[in-house]
Amino acid sequence: MRWMKAALLWAVVAGAIGVSLAVAATSPLLAWRGPVYVVAGFAGVLALALVLLQPLLAAGYLPGLPVPRGRRLHRWVGAALVAAIIIHVAGLWFTSPPDVVDALLFDSPTPFSVWGVVAMWAAFAAALLAALRRPLRIRPRLWRLGHSGLVVLVVLGGVVHALLIEGTMGSVSKLVLCALVVAATAVALIDLRSWMVLTRRKQDRRLWSSRLPASPQRTEGHPATASAACAGAKVPDDERSA
Amino acid sequence: MLPISTTRRGLLAAGAAFGATMLTQGVPAIIKPAQAQGLAPTPSMRGGANNYRPGAPLVQRIGNGGFWMSGTVRRAVDGAPLSGIRIQIWAHTTEGYETDPHSHGATLTDANGVFRLEMPQIIPAFGQAHGHLAYDDDAFQAVFLRPVMQSSRDKRLTADFVLQPA
Repeated sequence: MRWMKAALLWAVVAGAIGVSLAVAATSPLLAWRGPVYVVAGFAGVLALALVLLQPLLAAGYLPGLPVPRGRRLHRWVGAALVAAIIIHVAGLWFTSPPDVVDALLFDSPTPFSVWGVVAMWAAFAAALLAALRRPLRIRPRLWRLGHSGLVVLVVLGGVVHALLIEGTMGSVSKLVLCALVVAATAVALIDLRSWMVLTRRKQDRRLWSSRLPASPQRTEGHPATASAACAGAKVPDDERSA
Repeated sequence: MLPISTTRRGLLAAGAAFGATMLTQGVPAIIKPAQAQGLAPTPSMRGGANNYRPGAPLVQRIGNGGFWMSGTVRRAVDGAPLSGIRIQIWAHTTEGYETDPHSHGATLTDANGVFRLEMPQIIPAFGQAHGHLAYDDDAFQAVFLRPVMQSSRDKRLTADFVLQPA
């Protein structure tokens, strides 16, 4: 039964991403777009697909990619996501500069561009925070709260941006992909208890200790071990003192 | 066929309904210009001037046509129709981008202040199927419009101008 569950999960994720990309790649709108505009649009679709992978990798949900390995891949996918967003915006800028300038200055007539630009800056900030985490020795729980908060903006902004657009994505595959993105992010954030720094520490300790023996397999998702794994299995000093 | 009643009772009822609508909803726009006191000028829309090309030539048709852009041009305050007003039209169509010179063309309003220009089918670009129209000559203040199509399968789009003397 276990392998069936694993296969099903992989099939749903791969299917949602594969079908979305395939529908976008065969859109009739592509006939009236030049290569730069086609690549720009496709980079946007790919970015949404990568946003689906991110929470699954961060929380180690994908069978075969538990937390240490999934987390490492999460960083590479994050870098790819930033690159996809840059290609998306740059390609659109080449296609119609004034429309992109309006969007970036929050002066666009289209409501979806505001959501897209917010998601873009949030994604850049989340990636920057991840890159600065070790150099600045940011406390793990504070880091996770910041990263997760920005991720919520990325998902919300990105999904609304995608849903409001009439573009190359098929309406059904787009809706399914967006629903999966929201669901995966929500489950991962709740599971990793990203807001932990906001709650009282004593209560957290009690919750951890009551949670640990009950589900030994889920210790991967346990915040302390997870952040330790993320920091290269070396627990930072401030975490030990905390 | 519309089910129009031609009995005396039916005609009286329809006439009364029309009169009541006029009283409560105001005069339909089609017979309004003559008495439109204090008609407000049309403001430019956000992004309306994007990819505008000053001095785009007057054309009989943009590209191979198949799609109709139309509208009216009236004077602010008194609503008088303005003839001979040059309106530039452009969009992302099946034949080119907004940035392409051949996607642009201008036309003049007739004696009734009506303009109508055939152009290629507008297709969704930057997330919305939309067109651009501009008035940008000396007699009146410039207005740039960016109407959005109800459905990207529509074969026509309209936009009306009310211009204010410069």
